[in-house]
Amino acid sequence: MPKNKKVEYLINFVGILAVFGILVFFLDTGILGKQVNYIRGIVTIALLTIIMVTSLNLTTGFMGEFSLGHAGFMSIGAYSSSIVTLALADSNIPNMLLFIIAIIVGAVVTAIMGFLVGIPALRLKGDYLAIVTVAVAEIVRVAFCNFAITGGGKTLSGIKKLSDVHYVYVVMIICVVIMYMFIRSRFGRAVKAIREDYIAASSSGINVTNYKVMTFTISAMFAGVAGAIYAHYMTAMIPNTFSFMKSSEYLTMVILGGSGSFTGSIIGASVLSALPELLRDFASYRMLMYSVVLVLVMIFRPGGIFGTYEFSLIRVLKKVFGKNKGGADNE
Amino acid sequence: MSKEAPVLQAKNLGIQFGGLKAVNNFDIEIGKSELVGLIGPNGAGKTTVFNLLTGVYQPTEGTFFLNGEKMNGKLTHQVVAAGIARTFQNIRLFKKLSVIENVKVAFNKNMKYSMVSAILRTRKFWKEEEEIDKKARELLALFHMEHLADNIAENLPYGQQRKLEIARALATDMKLLLLDEPAAGMNPTETGELLEAINLIREKFNISILLIEHDMSLVMNICERIVVIDYGEIIAKGTPEEVSKNPKVIAAYLGE
Repeated sequence: MPKNKKVEYLINFVGILAVFGILVFFLDTGILGKQVNYIRGIVTIALLTIIMVTSLNLTTGFMGEFSLGHAGFMSIGAYSSSIVTLALADSNIPNMLLFIIAIIVGAVVTAIMGFLVGIPALRLKGDYLAIVTVAVAEIVRVAFCNFAITGGGKTLSGIKKLSDVHYVYVVMIICVVIMYMFIRSRFGRAVKAIREDYIAASSSGINVTNYKVMTFTISAMFAGVAGAIYAHYMTAMIPNTFSFMKSSEYLTMVILGGSGSFTGSIIGASVLSALPELLRDFASYRMLMYSVVLVLVMIFRPGGIFGTYEFSLIRVLKKVFGKNKGGADNE
Repeated sequence: MSKEAPVLQAKNLGIQFGGLKAVNNFDIEIGKSELVGLIGPNGAGKTTVFNLLTGVYQPTEGTFFLNGEKMNGKLTHQVVAAGIARTFQNIRLFKKLSVIENVKVAFNKNMKYSMVSAILRTRKFWKEEEEIDKKARELLALFHMEHLADNIAENLPYGQQRKLEIARALATDMKLLLLDEPAAGMNPTETGELLEAINLIREKFNISILLIEHDMSLVMNICERIVVIDYGEIIAKGTPEEVSKNPKVIAAYLGE
């Protein structure tokens, strides 16, 4: 590993720890008083939304294919993990381990589903993935409404509350880092090349279908992780939560933040998931506001607020301390 | 020309779209480090031949071999893996990626580190990435483009984009390069530079080239042999002098 990269990773790690410290400071020292549980909830939802939006960005922003059923994959993760943790409820597995099991189950099951959906849909060129994902999400929703094991249309409840905000933060960081490392490697390069021109990509020796299915599977997998977190935070859910509206909400966040930018996804997700909570009184106007903002962004910044820009802690530090060595991009 | 197995050998190659025979009975042999020109009037089927040779279309008739290996039925990326690379008539770069990334994409097929390696940033990852970075810069230097490495590809001037496309094709480490009208839209100076670049890569990489071109001065200048097609069929073959005197060729271009 080149030495300057080592330093960069170290600085970023410190940055991540610092944010964690701020989180602990606000949530655990009682500085927020009675509201702390409410805030903790908002933060948890924001964190899992970050995973959702970043993973959707892999498909939409980096690969350039529309997925309109991401909430469907989230529900697969949510239900599969809940079924497993409900079955394990009486065993004496510690909560943290159970949480990890839930996430792994959610990730694996959803990845398999994503793989199965991706193989036929991504062989075709064009907007087929969008249509297929809408259909799959709908099928999943209706199926979960009818299976006895998923509650059969009634609320599936009694799920253990495992999604502690600290764990969720760690999981979020791991997920985003994995996706970031994926994009900043030969795999990500190939995926971006496919987005730019799939004919040229295949003429450069890239197996277009393979890379697309790979990316879509990873994208679905992390939606499953977010689903598992969601289920074990809410402790009860109905399939209708994961409707088309939910999917389009995530897509809005991707597009607003900037398709092809991790920074955009992270900020888009945190702001847009926390905002409606903070502006509770206007919550019913949320979708209206979304559409207005979306139209404005489309007119003035077609690439999203951040475009493909990535925030770099190193660059900021260099600017602050006036060392201009020419910065490499990093999160 | 050597008499060992030719780099490219097409036998009776043809494709039919419905009732239209776009290419018919196409035979060609290209030896090691030979440069062959493929010319013909507009709509004669030149690009279709390229699409056949790169697996974009599957031939409905005939076969073709690369170094004796049968290539029928292979998909584009498999053909590239076997060693046929191409450029496009209307430039197809990865527009939003940087110049060096454009080249690195083409190196991908020779890179081996796994996804786990990429995510954990293992030593293997860094070693390969550094190697590829060095190779890509060397390749750009060959085209006098190393100072442009971090520019976004779509911001390059036209002539440079053409050269970048050739550099990208070279990065796939191929044995046969198909150039589809590389001089289209270039001014004489740029064409001169291109000529230089083509000569340079032939010397340096020892590859065979099949070239489609409308710029006759370029074709007559650098091609050792020329194949002329019209309405999907070969109407003449030979050295530039022979071809330019062939009455069939004159008729095809000028009418009878």
